[in-house]
This record gives sequence, structure tokens and C-alpha cells, in this order.
Amino acid sequence: MKAEGSGFRTLLYKEVLRFWKVAFQTVGAPVLSAVLYLVIFGHVLAPHVRVYGEIEYIAFIVPGLVMMSVLQNAFANSSSSLIQSKVTGNIVFVLLPPISHREFYCAYVVAAATRGVLVGFGVWAVSLLFVQLPLANPLWILVFTLLGGALLGTLGMIAGIWADKFDQLATFQNFLIMPLTMLAGVFYSVHALPPFWRSISRLNPFFFMIDGFRYGFLGVSDMSPWLSFSIVVVFLAVTAGLTLQLLARGWKLRG
Amino acid sequence: MKALDVVGAAKEYGSLRALGGVDLAVEEGEFFALLGPNGAGKTTLISALAGLLRLSAGRIKVMGHDVVDDYRNARRMVGVVPQELVFDPFFTVREVLRIQSGYFGLRNNDDWIDELLANLDLSAKANANMRQLSGGMKRRVLVAQSLVHKPPLIVLDEPTAGVDVELRQGLWTFIRSLNQRGHTILLTTHYLEEAQMLCNRIAMLKAGRVVALDRTENLLRAAEGRTLRLKIEGALPPGIPAPEHEGDWLVWASDSYEVLSDRLAAVRGAGVKVLEFEVGQPDLERVFVEVMRRAA
Repeated sequence: MKAEGSGFRTLLYKEVLRFWKVAFQTVGAPVLSAVLYLVIFGHVLAPHVRVYGEIEYIAFIVPGLVMMSVLQNAFANSSSSLIQSKVTGNIVFVLLPPISHREFYCAYVVAAATRGVLVGFGVWAVSLLFVQLPLANPLWILVFTLLGGALLGTLGMIAGIWADKFDQLATFQNFLIMPLTMLAGVFYSVHALPPFWRSISRLNPFFFMIDGFRYGFLGVSDMSPWLSFSIVVVFLAVTAGLTLQLLARGWKLRG
Repeated sequence: MKALDVVGAAKEYGSLRALGGVDLAVEEGEFFALLGPNGAGKTTLISALAGLLRLSAGRIKVMGHDVVDDYRNARRMVGVVPQELVFDPFFTVREVLRIQSGYFGLRNNDDWIDELLANLDLSAKANANMRQLSGGMKRRVLVAQSLVHKPPLIVLDEPTAGVDVELRQGLWTFIRSLNQRGHTILLTTHYLEEAQMLCNRIAMLKAGRVVALDRTENLLRAAEGRTLRLKIEGALPPGIPAPEHEGDWLVWASDSYEVLSDRLAAVRGAGVKVLEFEVGQPDLERVFVEVMRRAA
């Protein structure tokens, strides 16, 4: 009856059920938003922009939009779940049982990545109406999807643990996550930027996630997928380590 | 075995001392009350034993398991009904209880969940969303959540706040039956008559310190304020110590039953016809007020 890991399984189930019960808002709405980006930017800019030589602009932005959706929704899931639980007080239901900090971390991150993947899949599925993307390296698509979902799920946990109020979380989201996402090459290749901004872009971990993910579809990218992979893994390891430390100490969760 | 063993528990928030070195032991099977005014440290102590906060000093063991070093086993041994009326608005009552069971490794717990729902008069609401429940119902779901894993130590932090009289009676009947089945109960409440009726031992906290700790009957026995109240026919003859008057009632107060018994004997011995009489016992509320006044 007291199997280790049951806390992880149940917490993961609870977190997935939580967003699935409001899937119209948590999955459907982000898919619609991404499709609007696709329709507006894709059709307005498509006649004017060519990327990597002969690749159509709409084929270029679809992987970026899919990954952007994965990242934003993974972040939104873990951060909103934690802040809601903290503000309403029902966080005690997961703090009272014998759930270790590792189980806690893994459950929230896997649930966040799950929502990110579902939204990303939805955006990709709808994009098939507009463009048939190649699948040059499916394994890289999978790797960057999971790493990106896990990294943003982890950042969402840090934000959710740190924030005491919804507006603090909104600050984190609007002044950090959103700019890093929008400036990560979703809508443009960094090669189109002036040298200074190109260098700045390379300090942005989100750029490597989107670039590596795009490589999985198109077989071309701004950076080597191995370099992107290495950088994302390092960021994930650092943020995961930090989050596990915060959870083990009970920072802002256990008084 | 001690169900709860608290040694030197201290908690400070900056310059504010919430607990100032509490020593407390609750034996298995006891129905124990932890009383005190607001801010006395009751909820702080409960939060510490439940792992919701870390002590500044001291240690707490639940059923022999340290709540920090052996937190997994300690948390399996305790079920806590929090004071705040909290709930998760995404789920139904049954989902909430299944999820809570899962956290404790109980995957097929529906028989016990059904028993809990029946005993807490929630069966009809099993599939209702938490948002649809009244305050009293939400409070009872909190009780059910704390009991899904049949913990040996059940901690009830003001469980009857906002619960109507009938349901309160039902709740206490159920909790008493759990106590009779061997569960240890630790109760905090501001309804002192509940503590007096239910608990065999009581600790009183003030400003983070234990200021009284004894069996309930001992606390009541040691208290001041016994009274003899009589309604008599005619006037009180001379020679009997003068009582106070409360309307038609003559009232003698003493800490000794012997003195009061002598007064009654004297009245009857004088041939006075007694129409009505009452003996007033000190209740826990009076004891509480005295203890808090002395501890000031």
C-alpha cells in the first residue's frame, strides 16, 4: 500500500486532470492564438520573406509557433497551478502527504510538459491545413519538445513558488518569459539580424530550443542542434537543481 | 507508545515568538485538547507536527517518527484537518478523496471513502464539484480528506467552525467512534464545552507556552466557582451565613463542596422549605479564563 512513487503518480494525475477539466481554456485557446499568429504573420509576410534560401516563410514559422506554444503553456501550467494552490490555500493537500521533493518536482514538470506537448501538437495539426512540413529529424523534434517543456515547466515552478500574488507571476511572465520567447527567432532567423542583436540572441536559451526544434522539421537551423541540445540541457540541469533545492528547503511553501 | 512527542518546540518569526519551548506528550488512544486564545501557538504547533513549517528549535515525533528526519513515515501517521476552509475547485468530492488516497499510496480505497462519505453525511454529494458545497459540507470534506489513510493520529484544528449543531453532533459521534477504535485525537477548538465533553486530557497554551496540562476532571476539580443556589419559602432565619441574592435565588459560593453541603443542611435544619435548588459546577470556560488570567 505504501509504494514509493505513488505520490508522483497521483500528483501527476491530479495536475493533468486539473488542466484537462478546463481544456477549452488551457489547450483550445492557446491553439487558436497560435493559429491566428500563423494566419496573420504567415500570409502577410509570406510573399516578402524567404528563409534559408528556398524555405517558405510559413514553413519557417510553423515550428517556431509550435515550440513557442509548448514553452508558454508548460510555463503557464506549473506556475498557475502553484500560485492558485498557494493563494487559495489548498497547497496543504500536497504538503501534508508523504510526497518527497523529487516526486513533487517531477509531477509538476511532467504535467506541465504534457500540456505543452498537447498544445504544440494541436498547433502542428492545424498548421497542416496551411503547409505540409517535412520531418527531417523526428528524434530532434521529440528531444527539444521534451526538454523545452521540462525547462519551462521548471521555470514555471520557480515562478509559482516565488510569487505570493498573481500580479507577481504576471510580472515574471510578461517581463521575462514573453520577451525571451518572442526574441528567440520564432518569426525570424537570427541571421537576418544585425551582428549585435545576433550576439544578444545567442544569450537567450529559448532561441536554442526553438532553433533545435526547427532543425528537426527542416533539417536546417541557425546553430548546430548538438550545441542547442547541450545549452538547453545545461539550463535544465541548473534550473532543476535550483528548484529541487527550493522544494527540499520548503522555501515559501513550508513556513 | 506516544502518539505525539513534542520536546522543546520553539518557533520564531524574526522578533515574534510563536512557540517558546513547548514540551508535550500525547499517549496513544487519548482524546486530547489543545486550547488557547487566538495567537497562542496552537496552529503553529499543529503545522510543525504536520510538516507545514520548520521549528526554530526542538523536535516532534509522531508515533515514534521524527517529523523532519523521518517525514515520510511521520506524515503517514497523521491526518490533519486544517483550520482554513480550503478546497480545490477543479474536482468533485469523490475525486478529491481518491486523489488524497493516492498521495498515501492507496489506489483502491473506495470502500473506506464510501464509509467516510456516509458517516459525514456526504454520500449525496459524492459527485458534486467542491464549489457547489456549503461551508459546512466543505468542512466535512476536509475531515474526510484527513482520514482517507486511516491515520493513527488525527489532528482537528477547529473542525466544527461553521458547522451547524446537528452535523456537529454527527461529526463528534463519528470522531468518538474513531477514538474508540484506537485512533488518537488531538483537537483544538474555541467551543470549550466540546473539549470538556470529549477530551480526557487538556493542554492550554498562552503566548507559545503550555500554561496548564492535566486530565479534564483534575482541571475542573481544581477550579474555583462552585455555587449553591436555593429558592426558599419565606425569609432566611438568622444564624446562617448570608448569601448573595440573584432575583429570587439565594446564592452561596465556595471552592468546597463540604461548605456548600453545610449551608444546605443549615437551611433545612432551620425548618425552611426549599422550593428549588441547583449546584453550579465550574465549567471549562471558567477554568480557561482563570488559567489565562493567572498566566498573564
